[in-house]
Amino acid sequence: MIEIGLGHYLSLGAIIFFLGVIGIFLNRKNVIVILMSIELILLAVNINLISFSIFSGDIVGQIFTMLILTVAAAEAAIGLAIIVIYYRNRGSIRVEDIHGMKG
Amino acid sequence: MIVHSIFFYFFSVIAIFSSLMVITSRSTINSVFFLILDFISVGCLFIMVGAEFLGMILLIVYVGAVAVLFLFVVMMLNVAEQKQSWFIGKKSTHIPTGLIVSVLILLELLVVVGGWKYKEDVMSSSTLILSNVSNTHQLGLVMYTDYILYFQLAGVVLLLAMIGAILLTFRERVGVKKQSYINQISRNPSSSIELVEAKSNQGVRVDD
Repeated sequence: MIEIGLGHYLSLGAIIFFLGVIGIFLNRKNVIVILMSIELILLAVNINLISFSIFSGDIVGQIFTMLILTVAAAEAAIGLAIIVIYYRNRGSIRVEDIHGMKG
Repeated sequence: MIVHSIFFYFFSVIAIFSSLMVITSRSTINSVFFLILDFISVGCLFIMVGAEFLGMILLIVYVGAVAVLFLFVVMMLNVAEQKQSWFIGKKSTHIPTGLIVSVLILLELLVVVGGWKYKEDVMSSSTLILSNVSNTHQLGLVMYTDYILYFQLAGVVLLLAMIGAILLTFRERVGVKKQSYINQISRNPSSSIELVEAKSNQGVRVDD
C-alpha cells in the first residue's frame, strides 16, 4: 500500500478509462462532453504507456505516448470543427437531437 | 518513499475526482474546467514518476491548447447554460447496458493489469533508460534516430488536421468586399485607363 509500484499506476489508468467510457454512455447533454470523455480515455492510455515505460526501463513507451498526444490533438481539432459546423447547420448539439442517421 | 506515495495518492485522488466531475457536472463549462484540472494533475504524476518531458508537454499542449480549444468552442456555441437533464425528458434505453459494459471493463482491467509485475531482468532492449542522461535528451536520442519516420508522420497528421479543420469551418460569406489578387495583377492599361478628349468648358462625363 505504501510502496507505489506499477500496479498502482495501471489501476489509476484503468479507473480513468472506466470513467471515460461511462461518460460516453451516460451522456445526455451535448457532444462536447463525449469528446472530453474520449480525451479522458486517451489520457488513461498515456498513463499506462508511461508507467510501463518507466517501470520496465525502456524509453520507447514515452515516444509512443508522444505520438498518441499528436493524434489526440488532431482528433480534438477535427471533432470540434465538425461540432461547430453541425451547430451552424442544425442549431443544436444535444445528443438526443442528433438522430439523422437513425442509428 | 513515503513522500512518493503521499504525492501519488494526492494527485491520483484529484485526477479521479476531476474526471468524475467532467462526466457528471451540470454545465459544460464546468466540465472543461475539471478537464483542465485532470490534465494538470496527471501531468504532475508524469513529472513525479520520471517522464519530465511528457509531463511538461501535457501541461503545455493539453492545458494550453486542447483544453482552451474546448473552452473556446463551448463559449462560441452558447451551450454553457444548457443544463444537463439526465432524469427528465425521454428515457434513454442504453444507459443500463452502458453501465454494465463500463463496470465490466473496469473490473477486467483491474484484475488483469492491477497486479502486474515484471520478472527481474526481463528486458533486453537497445533503448533502455540511461541514468546519466536526462529524460529529454534521451527521448531526443531515440526519437530523431530510430523513430524519425513516425516523427515525420506525426507532423503530417498535424498538418492534415489543420487543413481539415480550416476547410470544414470555412464559410463563403456573401456581400463582403474582399481584395482579389488575381484581378489586381491581371489589370492592364487598356482595360483600366481611358483617354478622353476634354473639351473646354464642358468637362468629362464619367460613366461607371
